[in-house]
Amino acid sequence: MPVIKPFAILMLLLGLAFAANTPSLAQAPDAELSTLVDALGPGSFKDRTAAIDALTQTGDPRVVPVFETLAAGDLYMVKTSGKVVFIAKSGAEQALTDPVTNADLDTAAKSDLDKVKVNNSLRRTLRTAIGQLTLLSPNDSVRLAAAQSILRDADPDSLELLESAIANETDPTIKATMITARAIIILKLDATSLEQKRAAVPLVAAIGGRDALAQLSAALASAPDELKLTIQSNIDGLARDQAAWDVAQNVWYGISLGSVLLLAAIGLAITFGVMGVINMAHGEMVMLGAYTTFAVQETIRQNAPGLFDYSLAIALPLAFLITALVGIAIERGVIRWLYGRALETLLATWGISLILQQAVRSLFGPTNRQVGNPTWMSGGFELGGISITYSRLWIVVFAAVIFFALLLVLKRTALGLQMRAVTQNRRMASAMGIRTPFVDAMTFGLGSGIAGLAGVALSQIDNVSPNLGQGYIIDSFMVVVFGGVGNLWGTLVGAMTLGIANKFLEPYAGAVLGKIIILVLIILFIQRRPRGLFALKGRSIEA
Amino acid sequence: MITQAIFRAIDRKAIWLVSILLLVAVAVPAANLIIPPGQFGHIPVYLVTLFGKYLTYAMLALALDLVWGYCGILSLGHGAFFALGGYAMGMYLMRQVGDRGVYANPDLPDFMVFLNWQELPWYWLGFDNFWFACAMVMLVPGTLAFIFGFLAFRSRVTGVYLSIMTQAMTYALLLAFFRNDMGFGGNNGLTDFKEILGASVQADTTRAALFAATAVGLAISVLICSTIVNSKLGKVMIAVRDAESRTRFLGYRVEYVKLFAFTVSAVIAGVAGALYVPQIGIINPGEFAPANSIEVVIWTAVGGRGTIIGPIIGAVLVNVGKSYFTGAFPEIWLFALGALFVVTTLFLPKGIVGLIGQYRTMTTRREQHQRPEPTEHKPASDVQPKPAE
Repeated sequence: MPVIKPFAILMLLLGLAFAANTPSLAQAPDAELSTLVDALGPGSFKDRTAAIDALTQTGDPRVVPVFETLAAGDLYMVKTSGKVVFIAKSGAEQALTDPVTNADLDTAAKSDLDKVKVNNSLRRTLRTAIGQLTLLSPNDSVRLAAAQSILRDADPDSLELLESAIANETDPTIKATMITARAIIILKLDATSLEQKRAAVPLVAAIGGRDALAQLSAALASAPDELKLTIQSNIDGLARDQAAWDVAQNVWYGISLGSVLLLAAIGLAITFGVMGVINMAHGEMVMLGAYTTFAVQETIRQNAPGLFDYSLAIALPLAFLITALVGIAIERGVIRWLYGRALETLLATWGISLILQQAVRSLFGPTNRQVGNPTWMSGGFELGGISITYSRLWIVVFAAVIFFALLLVLKRTALGLQMRAVTQNRRMASAMGIRTPFVDAMTFGLGSGIAGLAGVALSQIDNVSPNLGQGYIIDSFMVVVFGGVGNLWGTLVGAMTLGIANKFLEPYAGAVLGKIIILVLIILFIQRRPRGLFALKGRSIEA
Repeated sequence: MITQAIFRAIDRKAIWLVSILLLVAVAVPAANLIIPPGQFGHIPVYLVTLFGKYLTYAMLALALDLVWGYCGILSLGHGAFFALGGYAMGMYLMRQVGDRGVYANPDLPDFMVFLNWQELPWYWLGFDNFWFACAMVMLVPGTLAFIFGFLAFRSRVTGVYLSIMTQAMTYALLLAFFRNDMGFGGNNGLTDFKEILGASVQADTTRAALFAATAVGLAISVLICSTIVNSKLGKVMIAVRDAESRTRFLGYRVEYVKLFAFTVSAVIAGVAGALYVPQIGIINPGEFAPANSIEVVIWTAVGGRGTIIGPIIGAVLVNVGKSYFTGAFPEIWLFALGALFVVTTLFLPKGIVGLIGQYRTMTTRREQHQRPEPTEHKPASDVQPKPAE
């Protein structure tokens, strides 16, 4: 090993000299490159080093994947032709790909292939060569990616390479990334001088966030005493920032959880508020909505895979219709016979929920079903120190849209007016000519339909199983009871309060204990305000 | 005059019921132990245990009936009191295992050794004593019910709000008992019991004795409940059920009446749980599941709430059905249970016992006009859509 290292540095210098001489690293012709790649196959490790050297000198970006595959030990040579290839398993055979042109070649049995062998010194050579091809590539984005990868790994071996790359770099952004990477490596190495390290500390701290904190904490242990104070103060500063971001992150998680609760509870709030009916089958409406999404996606997968990104748009109206119809059927079939007997309604709807669960279990099976995320809902982004996934973001947006749409329905439509009238005084509303049975059926349909919409949204973040609804039912009740009945704003405040409180308790108490504390707090809260945060006033409420 | 006669009749019914239960308590164990296997009349031990389980369920249903059927409080958390009583008994049984556990630790139950606990938590102290455990079986559920009820009834949390709160209570306990750090065995609960009062829990004689104890326990519960509901306090309870505000305006302290019923009911449920655990051989957090508590409600409803015998009939019938269906047609069971909820609430508001009453009033229609229904506030025929107030 000690013999190899100077050799690698020599290689690097050779390469650097070459790179400096030929600033415009043009692509080599395919045939020429193929010959060079094929030279990797036969011979000893020494021959292979020479072949790597020759490939590095072409400066061709297509060499990088070849080197990476070789370093991973996945490069193969066809025994008969001596051609070096990429392989991928394809049935019993291996599918071959040309490393230079990326063209598909024949398939071959594994026994017809020879692995191109690598050892540690060759790997080091390869790493240097890859760094040289990337860090010193004429292509800006390649250089940036290479700098970022070094920033992540902070491999001390790449320090020399990085130094030369910084010297040659003209782009300020890339240069800054490289300098930060260098600073991290300097802090890591024992050999670097105190001055270098002192200069490196603020650079590392400037990265910000957990990464910088971790780097500095690691450096603190091995740092010379003179530097410890500087590092420590930087760590403290970072930790303060981090704490602030953590709060922000928790708020975001809380809002996200609150939106989920809001979606699950808002339909319940309507049926409970208007009709005084506890719908225990509400969770199953959510479940039906989720299964509608699953069915829509399955149909699309089989018939029109291109439409997959629109699957949710198709599922939304369908889920609303299906669950609204089921809801109206339940209301007309069972609940209307039980008005005035709230406790019996609770039991009957619980029975309906069992039937619906078992029906779905019989139809779709008891296991979790896979509901895919459309491309516009997968992934995420960073906002300062907060990481936000698109699926959560869309659910927050969706919950807000549903909430305000519902508010609009209640305040601006004839049905909404009638619903509010029935909520406030059923008999008087009836006396004014409102068909209360019709309003009841429509209300129940609306509440159920919204549960179905919630199901479409929840299918994106939760397991779609027959028990999906059960998981939400108690939480939804808590939101409605906490927020107060007959007031959508109460539901909103209730959902957000519970969501955020839950997420803030979680780090201190753990997820389960946090939830228990919330439940106990609600039970105590209800003692103070038996009708929730925003209670309807008036005698009509007292049953 | 007429009502007095009816109450005397109910009382006589209760005496009959107690006598039958005491007879069962003697006859079934005898049929199991004395009549040799294979001979006519022998009851195999698994049936003894199975019916012992049903009788504990009947006790639980009776406890629920006391608050729901007579006092109008629909508790969706009675499973929690049942499970707490069960845990108290389970802790005693756990301590009786002694050093015969897998880890052979004389003091700590296996799961504590497994979790690297060094000493017994304070709340486990004393549970090696049977009588202390028995006291806890009643005290723990009773205290919880008292505190919960005191807070809830004082601030007039009623109706569905109270139901949801009781459900939240059992759900919170479910989550709590799932935690390993609680010191109650977490997910697995307490199991692998060896002996109770020095007798092996596996032995036929012990199982027969446990059955007898359960039947006697149920008989005592029937006595307690019928005494309460036939007393003046019982009449106030029924008044609270049928017209809470009116009762309050008449000067009764409604919250104390409710609190009394709720606490007594929780204690009975706790005892039922304590009798359940040694027969089943395990207690785990699953007993706290809200779904379990709601199932208890349907036993009571099917049998007939507001009667003493109804919940007992309901619990045994529904559970025999459950045992049969989950064995023979597992897919159909939930459909059947769900349908049972719907059908009972729609068509059988008084349950099976009420059905017999309905039949009787049909045959003697004239009598119906003269006899008011003291135990049911709404006539069964009242299925007209009626607006909520």
